[in-house]
Amino acid sequence: MEYYVIIKLIWAVILCVLFIGLGLMVGMDMGVGILLRFVGKNDIERRTTLNIIGPHWEGNQVWFILGAGAIFAAFPTLYATAFSVFYVVMILMLFSMILRPVAFEYRSKIDQGFWRTSWDWIFLISGFFPMFVCGAAFGNILQGVGYHFIWNGQYFQDESFWSYLINPFAILCGLLSVSLSIFQGGMMLMIRSEDPIYSRAKKYATMAAIVATCLFIVGGIWIFQIKGFVLASGDPAMSPNPLFGQHVITYKGAWLHNYYDYPILWSLPIWGILCMLGAVLMAQSNKPACGWWIGLGIWIGVIGTVGAAMFPFFMPSTTAPDQSLTIWNSCGSLYGLICMAILVCIFVPIILSYTSWCFYVMRGKVKTASIIKDHHSY
Amino acid sequence: MDVIHLLVVELSRFQFALTALYHFMFVPLTLGLTFILAAMETAYVITGKEIYKDMTQFWGKLFGINFAIGVATGLTMEFEFGTNWSMYSRFFGDIFGTPLAIEGLMAFFMESTFIGLMFFGWDRLSRGAHLAVTYIVALGSNISALWILVANACMNMPAGAHFDPETMRLTSTSFVALVFNPDAQAKAVHTSVAGFVTASMFVMGISAFYLLRKQHREFAARSFRMAALFGIISTIAVITLGDVLGRLDYEHQPTKVAAMEGLWETSKPPYEPWILFGIPNDKKQTNYLEVGVPFVLTPLLTHDFKTPILGIKELQIQAGPKIESGIQAVSALKRYSENHQQTDLDIFKTHQKDMGYGFLASQYAPDQDVTKIKSEHIPTIVKKTKSDIYPNVFVTFWAFRIMVFLAIYFFIVFAMASYVSLRREIEKHRIFLKIISWSIPLPFIASEFGWITAEVGRQPWTIFEILPTVISSSTHSSGYMIFSLIGFLLLYSIFIAAELFLMFKFARLGPQIHQEQTSSLQTIFTYQKG
Repeated sequence: MEYYVIIKLIWAVILCVLFIGLGLMVGMDMGVGILLRFVGKNDIERRTTLNIIGPHWEGNQVWFILGAGAIFAAFPTLYATAFSVFYVVMILMLFSMILRPVAFEYRSKIDQGFWRTSWDWIFLISGFFPMFVCGAAFGNILQGVGYHFIWNGQYFQDESFWSYLINPFAILCGLLSVSLSIFQGGMMLMIRSEDPIYSRAKKYATMAAIVATCLFIVGGIWIFQIKGFVLASGDPAMSPNPLFGQHVITYKGAWLHNYYDYPILWSLPIWGILCMLGAVLMAQSNKPACGWWIGLGIWIGVIGTVGAAMFPFFMPSTTAPDQSLTIWNSCGSLYGLICMAILVCIFVPIILSYTSWCFYVMRGKVKTASIIKDHHSY
Repeated sequence: MDVIHLLVVELSRFQFALTALYHFMFVPLTLGLTFILAAMETAYVITGKEIYKDMTQFWGKLFGINFAIGVATGLTMEFEFGTNWSMYSRFFGDIFGTPLAIEGLMAFFMESTFIGLMFFGWDRLSRGAHLAVTYIVALGSNISALWILVANACMNMPAGAHFDPETMRLTSTSFVALVFNPDAQAKAVHTSVAGFVTASMFVMGISAFYLLRKQHREFAARSFRMAALFGIISTIAVITLGDVLGRLDYEHQPTKVAAMEGLWETSKPPYEPWILFGIPNDKKQTNYLEVGVPFVLTPLLTHDFKTPILGIKELQIQAGPKIESGIQAVSALKRYSENHQQTDLDIFKTHQKDMGYGFLASQYAPDQDVTKIKSEHIPTIVKKTKSDIYPNVFVTFWAFRIMVFLAIYFFIVFAMASYVSLRREIEKHRIFLKIISWSIPLPFIASEFGWITAEVGRQPWTIFEILPTVISSSTHSSGYMIFSLIGFLLLYSIFIAAELFLMFKFARLGPQIHQEQTSSLQTIFTYQKG
């Protein structure tokens, strides 16, 4: 195999890893944000909830930034097209994302009811919406998006943004990612809180895991009915220009053809479902730390399932299927990809180790009394 | 018809400028204040005096308020390349995306992860470990700026890249050339030390405010002294690096330099004056009410007394053949992408270096398609395009001057402040203290105008002489743009209101002086609970 194909594949895997990191870490914080109003019934309980992820949310959020940055560097055509095609949704997500840091920093700085309640609502919205949109984006992508390119590589959009928001399958995918994040947030809260937050978090996490299992199974069945895409011809080593070199066919249920060709892939969705069931069990049997790690398993299962179905597509086009963005035609140059891959292999382990160290330093239950005393807390 | 609406390009530019300038109100303070915090904490660890810990924690609190919005608005910047500058991102992503991704990997992750420990780890880490964490945050934020400026530099001075007609984009050829781009190195240091100046003025100004009100006197005097010394060193560095940058621009971006200096005609060395005041008129291509210092401009830019500096009118004349050749290049490129004929590729290769000018001209072509230009129309299109090859002179000229005048002002203020505070006489000079506390916003203004000089001066290009701004944007409807613009305006207005409110509140409230103070000190301080 050519080096170029190998490095393209390596980057597809790196992207999956970053998405798993994003889902797990950002999802956890978002989940805590969503649960804030429900697990904390009064101000001090809510402050406790916030301080559980207080020392970590800034670091976790960088997964989001790194995810976008990695797509930019490794798959520039995908970055340029996907972000523009989903403009309105992306901007709405951005608005809710940028409210979060401000909410953290400002909420507890002023002791006034209306001020704090407003920020609590912002936590709810800014936790729910980004996770929903990320999931829904995958839902839309699975159904194909209307765009085409002209000779100089400029994209043009062929449909209105409403179709991305009002779209039942996309809503299902959005809710799946929201429920996974609620579960993950619930686990974190259980690890670092005491009653009554603990038992409330337990209740919501269990519910979220059950909902996620159902949504995942329903989505899996739904996929049979969706018009999928298959790359009929296209050289994996092609020079990355979406205008040339691909022929794509579409038919109902086509997303499953990778599974028919390689039955071993069925282990991914099965693994995902097993992890979700295990998650319910762990939440119920008061083992939040195990539950948190099972959350990692769930994300691997979910992203693996979607990735295996779509391979090698990133964003299929409904109006110009031959110009669909795939791993082969949307990536950077060989040289650029190699440089970046080396850097990722050096830095991701370093990041993981200092992130773990930070969690280790801040370990233990967050106590209400210490929050009142410490003027640094949120 | 698949064309870009010029209104959308203008609105995208407006939105990007708005969000970038807004983001850049918070960045300089973050860059500088982290190092001032690290210096204060070092003093704490070495001397063991609690007052230094109080200083670190108090300034740390103000830092936190500022940092949150810096992160939030930074997210916008990273998304906007994709959402609003699709053509640019696709065309340049192989090069431009790399430093952005590395920034996340190497610096932003480190800074953001450790900032949690910096605020929450006081009781959980040993003194030494906490100090190390603070230094990591300071380093992280400045390395972050370095990578962002590497990215910025490759827009201003493309390096380590070549155009590939197969993929219709720039392809990365040298990572080393990208990172060690001289423009990147100079700009990164210039920006970081500008941040140090900002933070020094911030700390000095608030300390001056306490000194004027005779509050927290020891605390304020110490903070003041540290900031003054930090500030004078940083100001000298800012000015030195600014000179380096001016020279780089002179070598690589003649249109920017001509606009910065308001040079319509090519300069006549050695007499040519450096214009102190003037009102450039872009339509008439002349300056009104010009007042200058003779014999300064030539040595300032070229470091000798002989070399003439090209004026805008001459640059326009030189651009004529480039535009014609560029139209050839882009036409051949389009034909090549449709038919893959070797002859078209050969024509393209001979005109390749002027490709950018061809793209610039495409906005005047029928249906924005240069292959449709009839040969008799080429002179009119060249003439129209010539009026676009340089940036808005009035804005570039004044943005540059405001930055330079403020830098000179900072030098004087910090020099005087260092002198009086080292002689422990600062509290006698009340008018000076007042001036300093009113000067807090000035470094922010200088930073913003520095950014405007660099980026407005780069126009009409997003990638200098390769990709013009007019074809870089996404192909949205203007409705999309109005929606996002209104959203940003609303959100950002709320942010700035909340930020200023909290900053004033906590600055007025003052530091929480630690209980273990000597009794004599406790009587002096007006103790306020935070």
